Amino acid sequence: MTDWPRIRSVGLSGLLITFAEKMSEPANRAALAFRAAVEAQDWPEVTETSTSLVSTFVQFEVSQDAIAKMTDRLRALLQTRDWFAEALPAGRSLWHVPTVYGTDLAPQLEEAAEAAGLDPDAAIAELSQSRVRVLTIGFAPGQPYMGELAEHWDIPRQQGLTKSVPPGALVVAIRQLIIFTNASPTGWRHIGQTAFRTFRPGSEMPFPLSPGDELIFPSITRQEFERIADDPTGGAEQEALT
Amino acid sequence: MSALTILQAGPAMTVQDLGRPGYRALGLTHGGAADPIALHEGAALLNQDPGCAALEMAGSGGQFSADSDTRIALAGAQMQVSIDGEPVAWDASHLLPAGATLTIGGARDGAYGYLHVGGGIDIEPVMGSRSSHLAAGIGQPLASGDSLPISKDSGGETSQTLPRDSRFGAERVRIVASMQTEAFDEETRTRFTNTTFRRDARANRMGARMDHDGDGFATGGQLTIVSEVITPGDIQITGDGAPFVLMCECQTTGGYPRIGTVIPCDLPIVAQAQPGAALRFEFIDLDEALAAETRHRDALAALPKQRQPLLRDPARIRDLLAYQLISGVVSATADPFEEDKT
Repeated sequence: MTDWPRIRSVGLSGLLITFAEKMSEPANRAALAFRAAVEAQDWPEVTETSTSLVSTFVQFEVSQDAIAKMTDRLRALLQTRDWFAEALPAGRSLWHVPTVYGTDLAPQLEEAAEAAGLDPDAAIAELSQSRVRVLTIGFAPGQPYMGELAEHWDIPRQQGLTKSVPPGALVVAIRQLIIFTNASPTGWRHIGQTAFRTFRPGSEMPFPLSPGDELIFPSITRQEFERIADDPTGGAEQEALT
Repeated sequence: MSALTILQAGPAMTVQDLGRPGYRALGLTHGGAADPIALHEGAALLNQDPGCAALEMAGSGGQFSADSDTRIALAGAQMQVSIDGEPVAWDASHLLPAGATLTIGGARDGAYGYLHVGGGIDIEPVMGSRSSHLAAGIGQPLASGDSLPISKDSGGETSQTLPRDSRFGAERVRIVASMQTEAFDEETRTRFTNTTFRRDARANRMGARMDHDGDGFATGGQLTIVSEVITPGDIQITGDGAPFVLMCECQTTGGYPRIGTVIPCDLPIVAQAQPGAALRFEFIDLDEALAAETRHRDALAALPKQRQPLLRDPARIRDLLAYQLISGVVSATADPFEEDKT
């Protein structure tokens, strides 16, 4: 741990604590755990916190003094433990999100399976049992980047973009999965379709998923999908992780 | 409740207020008016809270009418405007009589014009804000025939005006270093600040691309940068080396390196830059930036004191001949003191 974690200033917005140069499971866990620890400090100056893949962002009203003071506090908090060995924060959920793999609803399953060196049935069997974590939320509200899948799923993004995948699309690349919030062009391959809405403005739970939550995508048939297609929860079940 | 009806909608009109903070961790940026200064100006003109929601009109306005006498204020990019065919002033408040037609045309010196109503637009807030955030799927562009409820107006003067602000057509945009500034070598940073950019035609509430002649502004390790938090004002360098200023409705995280970040009080300059407008970026240090922000906040708070009664421009008074304009005329040859002698 020579250079890491690093503390850098983010314009006039606050400070960023970065745990690694690249995405890794321990660095992501460290960022999630450190954010929870900052929140628990309840420092009155802090107006907002968030995480990206391997960083924790702490927003506060900056000044030279405030930056110096906050940097000292963050350093002190960083030194209290080995964040790479820290457990994930409490209060997370495990979600089961029913998913149709392949068919006309998700036309790139075969292509993605081939890129991962699997036949389509083996790919479905593996994907439908893989348990992934919300590494970060971004790009669109509530939109999860989940991982990491087994190493053979380290498949590149496509050269050309798919013009549009619908909301609820499950896509794969670089050992990660995304459920799209809104219809969007993407370089990731569309392997499954869920009816799960990741952003529900106006509802009691506008953002069902939080960073650190875990998900499983059990395989369902096209017929089963039609029954849940109009339900914003997409037939998903949520259980508390302790 | 009173309502403002959109008789004819411009291409990109939305309801906006000061935005929806607090959801970055869940992937939703702050949003709100592209030019928040214009919200403060409209509020100052109507003597109401700057948090009141207004209509944001990108590029051009539309036609409107209200079902009761309504105080309105016009702020932001100057647009041609008339009430029942009679031109009225921009940067000013007016009384829009019930049933009159308010016509707002194309923007002349900026990108976003704002129509404020006394009491504010009272659509149902979503997560604490009335702002549309189209990129996120909150709200929608306003369409002809839409009717927007107006909150009760506590009332006040109209025919008030504010001086035109200097942000329209400004070229100099102040920036501060951010977390990836050091990833660009000094030569690149110097070249960046010595370049005069032109705002690309492709600009919206998410971001504005900057065009220039010459090489791009790549970092050494451009492709390996892990996705990091974005704050509005960040200037990301995309794959082709072109700078892209991220605006109020940008994403919350992104993998392109940021060369710097526009200080919040100068971001409206970028928002209001017209296609092709020249812009230059200048690094300032933290203390200078904080001082600029403090001055800006003070200036916003002092806006109500800048309010002045609107003087009518005789050239724009259609029924000019109905006015008595010649009383008190004097003869050049008469002795002005003669009268007194009698």
